[in-house]
Amino acid sequence: MLEAAFRGGGRYWALLGFWGLLVALGLGAWGRQFTEGLTVTGMSQDVTWGIYIAQFTFLVGVAASAVMVVLPYYLHNYKVFGRMVILGEGLAIAAVLMCMLFIFVDMGQPTRVANVLLHPTPNSMMFWDMVALGGYLVLNLLIGAVTFDAERREAPPPHWIKPIIVLSIPWAVSIHTVTAFLYSGLEARAFWMTAILAPRFLASAFASGPSLLILLALILRRFTRFDPGEEAIRKLALIVTYAMTVNIFFVGVELFTALYSDMPHHTYPFRYLYLGLHGHDSLVPWMWFGAALTVVCVTLLLVPRTRNDLRLLPFLCAGVILAIWIEKGVGLVITGFVPNPLGRITDYAPTGVEVAVTLGVYGFGFLVLSLLYKIVVNVRERMIPA
Amino acid sequence: MEKKTRREFLKEAGTAALGLGWALPLAAAGCAPRGHNIAGSQRQWAMVVDLEKIQDPAVREAAQKACARTHNIPHIPDPQEEIQWIRVESFEHVFEDQIHGAMPPHELERSVLVLCNHCTNPPCVRVCPTQATWKRESDGIVMMDMHRCIGCRYCMAACPYGSRSFNWRDPRPFIETDAEGKFLSDFPTRTRGVVEKCNFCAERLRDGLEPACVEAVREVPGGEGALVFGDLTDPHSEVSHILRETPSRARRVTLGTGPNVFYIG
Repeated sequence: MLEAAFRGGGRYWALLGFWGLLVALGLGAWGRQFTEGLTVTGMSQDVTWGIYIAQFTFLVGVAASAVMVVLPYYLHNYKVFGRMVILGEGLAIAAVLMCMLFIFVDMGQPTRVANVLLHPTPNSMMFWDMVALGGYLVLNLLIGAVTFDAERREAPPPHWIKPIIVLSIPWAVSIHTVTAFLYSGLEARAFWMTAILAPRFLASAFASGPSLLILLALILRRFTRFDPGEEAIRKLALIVTYAMTVNIFFVGVELFTALYSDMPHHTYPFRYLYLGLHGHDSLVPWMWFGAALTVVCVTLLLVPRTRNDLRLLPFLCAGVILAIWIEKGVGLVITGFVPNPLGRITDYAPTGVEVAVTLGVYGFGFLVLSLLYKIVVNVRERMIPA
Repeated sequence: MEKKTRREFLKEAGTAALGLGWALPLAAAGCAPRGHNIAGSQRQWAMVVDLEKIQDPAVREAAQKACARTHNIPHIPDPQEEIQWIRVESFEHVFEDQIHGAMPPHELERSVLVLCNHCTNPPCVRVCPTQATWKRESDGIVMMDMHRCIGCRYCMAACPYGSRSFNWRDPRPFIETDAEGKFLSDFPTRTRGVVEKCNFCAERLRDGLEPACVEAVREVPGGEGALVFGDLTDPHSEVSHILRETPSRARRVTLGTGPNVFYIG
């Protein structure tokens, strides 16, 4: 079954080659970062986390969103997702691997990474994040491998895997909750210290993750004989619509609390994001672009005619992914550091090295995803009666 | 029939498990030991900064210079990579939550020395994933283990005072040396990729000495008592006496961190 990953046409190898190139680029850049230190990044004493931790946060959401196909299929016996579930699990595996790598490349002393396990610290949310992510990776690898192997043999999956599948559902919720707690438990940062952060993370994750899954499903439909099913795609689009609408509501709740109470420490971050604070406005165009994108996408998703238009859907999904990426991957992390504890504002922009490392990690993730999906497609194509 | 029952069971179990997904991290957070409080410390070192006396730039410089030399602190010109254990900030920024519009400018612009507050309930210790920073039970100092720190900078995100600095690059080329090229102190130099901060001169306290900054300001005319150091749990210590007799303030006390650097004057 696994050997299928290494058999494919020219287009498949070109795809793998492209991801490989990104990985090589990232490795080169990371090598420089490793020898010179994090000085090669755009981070500073004031903005101590940047694009790496932001991508980590975004991708935890993508990983968690697999639950949006796993839950209906296994708990509600929603058969339509039958061919979609394995794609969700594959995406979760690739996303968790990227999350771990983004944490790793952010470390000042990466050779000491084992210290987190050698000195387990239950009061640190970062420790729990590591436990949650590691566990989620194992769960998805195990569930994906066992259920897919059974399917390949056209046999029902073994009974012992059922409780593990059930366990994976709250586990998915927990990875993004713990990631939110990483931020929301800090009294030092008013922007992050909000109880709605975890629900917001989950809502935006359940919009961006399934959007990515739709795009991947559409790509597979287009380029392979494996069809995850039009109804499954439409149902996922509905999930995206609900999640994105809930996310807008949560953002609105957040904005009301900050702006109506008018407490300086709660309004500063939002002013920094949407208006600029004391002339610092580098994120403003991003945020308004993201807001506009959100409104357009949600409007078109809410209308059944446009949502069900499979030619329009990929653009809406790409729009949702980009909007959430701007929210989490650009705005969320940097703004937590504005202003700093002494009232100063330091701008942050990633350097070329940071961008290259980031592309490298994404390249690795999509390389893994391509290999996993190749195996799935290969088996599924063989199962289609000629 | 049996199949259906199992499905029903799975549904219920799944719903219950979904609830658990929310509860697990919460429970973890609730169970997290918060034992590093003042009651757990046998002593609590504290510092009182006299704002009147540190208005003399010579006093501030003496403190900063003594600190840098004692701990081989590099001088990195880029302010965004600078390592600072004790720094000068203006009153309006240090006590942002204690100022108001009717205060005169000279009040707002007063210079304040800021350093690690060696909090009674330190958020940096709470978040560190490797216990590379911890609250020492014998005397309440928030310590750093430079060999264990993985450089994740979570402590810097958690510190509400901006008291921590990260070594973005190798600090050694920026450390002051003597004529023979040797570092001025035998305090271990740091490597790149770790976080550091004021340690209340734990290494000097061990030898029965006062922190270097406290000693240095005493040498400056008019600097005597600008920085006073002592044990807060001892009612007869000088810091306890001052804080009993004189109005004082501390930084961002509403956060509940329990800062142990106090300001008078």
